[in-house]
Amino acid sequence: MKNLLLLGDEAIAQAALDAGLSGMYAYPGTPSTEIMEYIQSSKTASDRNVHREWSANEKTAMEAALGMSYCGKRAMVAMKHVGLNVAADPFINSAMTGVNGGLIVVSADDPSMHSSQNEQDSRFYGKFANVPCFEPSDQQEAYEMIFDAFELSEKYKLPVLFRITTRLAHSRASVTTCEQLPEKKLSLPSDPVQFVLLPSIARRKYKSLLESYEKLKYDIRITRYNIFRDGTKRDMGIIACGIAYNYLMENIRDSVKEFPVLKISAYPFPKDLVQDITGRCKSVLVLEEGAPMVEESLRGILDDGIKIYGRLDGTVPRDGELNPSLVARSLGMKTSYGRGIPSLVKNRPPSFCKGCGHSDVFNALIEALKSYSSGSVFSDIGCYTLGALPPYSSINSCVDMGASVTMAVGAADAGLFPSVCVIGDSTFTHSGMTGLLDAVVKRSSVTIIISDNSTTGMTGGQDSHATGRLVSICRGLGVDAGHIRELTPLRKNHEENVRILKKEFEFRGVSVIIAARECIQTATKRKRTESSNR
Amino acid sequence: MKNDIIISGVGGQGIISIAATIGLAAVANSLYLKQSEVHGMSQRGGDVQSHFRLSDKPVASDLIPYGKADLIISVEPMESLRYLPWLSKDGWIVTNSTPMINIPDYPPIEDILSEIRKIKNSVIIDADSIAREIGSARAGNIVILGAASPFIAMSYSSLEDALRSLFGKKGEEILELNLKALKAGREHSIRA
Ligand SMILES: Cc1ncc(C[n+]2csc(CCOP(=O)(O)OP(=O)(O)O)c2C)c(N)n1
Repeated sequence: MKNLLLLGDEAIAQAALDAGLSGMYAYPGTPSTEIMEYIQSSKTASDRNVHREWSANEKTAMEAALGMSYCGKRAMVAMKHVGLNVAADPFINSAMTGVNGGLIVVSADDPSMHSSQNEQDSRFYGKFANVPCFEPSDQQEAYEMIFDAFELSEKYKLPVLFRITTRLAHSRASVTTCEQLPEKKLSLPSDPVQFVLLPSIARRKYKSLLESYEKLKYDIRITRYNIFRDGTKRDMGIIACGIAYNYLMENIRDSVKEFPVLKISAYPFPKDLVQDITGRCKSVLVLEEGAPMVEESLRGILDDGIKIYGRLDGTVPRDGELNPSLVARSLGMKTSYGRGIPSLVKNRPPSFCKGCGHSDVFNALIEALKSYSSGSVFSDIGCYTLGALPPYSSINSCVDMGASVTMAVGAADAGLFPSVCVIGDSTFTHSGMTGLLDAVVKRSSVTIIISDNSTTGMTGGQDSHATGRLVSICRGLGVDAGHIRELTPLRKNHEENVRILKKEFEFRGVSVIIAARECIQTATKRKRTESSNR
Repeated sequence: MKNDIIISGVGGQGIISIAATIGLAAVANSLYLKQSEVHGMSQRGGDVQSHFRLSDKPVASDLIPYGKADLIISVEPMESLRYLPWLSKDGWIVTNSTPMINIPDYPPIEDILSEIRKIKNSVIIDADSIAREIGSARAGNIVILGAASPFIAMSYSSLEDALRSLFGKKGEEILELNLKALKAGREHSIRA
């Protein structure tokens, strides 16, 4: 037993190691990245040789974790919420096949979109796939739940969804650890067709999946996290899910005895638990981070039962992250706003680092596009997305990983000329390669600029699968060698780079421009470790 | 006892070193704490903050409610003002005076400083110059932490101990520089 000061992400990683994890799989994504990073820097993980390398994307990570589980070992896969969209196919189908060794799928939501395209609520995926879903309220609970999640996963032979949000992922608190369990031995599934989802088998498996989902509601590993505590009030009871429970406690600490509170941290939960509140109180306030999932199911379409307060009636804002002040307001308590922000305080959006190669790419691109009436450029997700902001204002899309390539293909189909996109190296190997294959097969007129900084910059500089492989990948996918152009985005090369871009715009076919210069953050970090190793 | 602190600055200025020092000291003092951070490069060059909550009782919320912060520690002057909605009536601001100008419409620094002086409990410190005088331009954050130390509900020596465990591995010289930086910051505040 130790006391450690850990981020929520790190508590999850430490718990998985302590619970006998054999394989960690992930693609970086804020706020989930630190789970894998913690395991990569853990001595325990290296002593045991726990698998801990990044995957190309969330789908490959999920499938590899399922393969580890197939062999009877405990595996965990972590991603940001939108990553679960990418991994949705293996995720949903892993509920159908079931697992062998325990399998936990961590999905880190980002309400208020601190660094994401949307604020989708992963809990829906749990219900969608008919698998259990845990939603820890704090770091210690996250630690303990991982043990239960592995056990539950093995008992019901189901993957378990583990939903966290930015605030828990990136908040540090003291965590008490327990004794380490050994890793599981390799043992294959007893049923040789367990993982064969032919329709005849799948139909049978689906029935048993539905049955398990009902049983889960009463399993001790779920029920111990869903706790009702009565209070003296009868006008209103409160249901608080996950981290919302902390914001509630912040406000009612001195009057806990008054409020009947149902704390929900694991799904699915049974009707009788909710009736503890509805049977006693005239109304109920639902506090949950993300979408009004529990609130909506309580109301139903008719919404003609008990009076319900929550995100749907405006008691709590419909969108955005909760905080203790919003929860105070929903309880009708006084909040104590300090002073207003003085009007002279200006917004400070994130910006390119000084000397970043992406900015040289955009400078060349802007000039090369000057002679064309359409300046539309498709782009993607990464540091280079800052090219959308002034003074560059030079990209017109950022949708989902890899979409720049395929949107450029579609726009070329529609007649846009030139049809240009800018994508990062890691984004390209995550989801750009298949789109490039489409372009090659169709002989699309597109110019694909890969702004290659040899790292996954946006999420803090993880290794990129693309490093050193881009030319051979593009050639392998069938791009004409004469139209794979390599350039170095530096101010001194500006004229030449503009010339290359213009020439490739004019080519009626697929061209790929690889603009390669190492990220200055990773370069500095690399030089620092090199000199300290010397 | 409770001590709610907002630490602010610009992404890349390393506010996490301040938070890490206070965190270590808190653990050594067996206090409860929750510390919410901003991670990832996505905020590079943008405004960043950390909510730091210390208490002798368990801390519920990872975030500080509006109007409840006892202290704002800021590595950048304009950023100290961004968190005024969180500052309590009697709360303190301790801020660096050197602006980080990476936006075209950064207001005149004199206007910012006079806005900060309107807060009755404020300390403005030229941490960068002090750090340079001591001999390490990189110790500016520790100078600011030193200036904030009289308003942190822990003994000064526990902050020194935290620096020892943070910088001890990096050699005697670097550790001494940081201890000196902490002291210089503290002396500035006590004098002011
Ligand atoms: C499906 C999905 N996974 C992960 C992310 C998080 N994410 C955003 S950008 C990015 C990496 C960008 O790396 P790269 O393409 O090399 O560009 P750089 O930031 O280095 O410029 C990641 C991992 C995401 N937004 N969506």
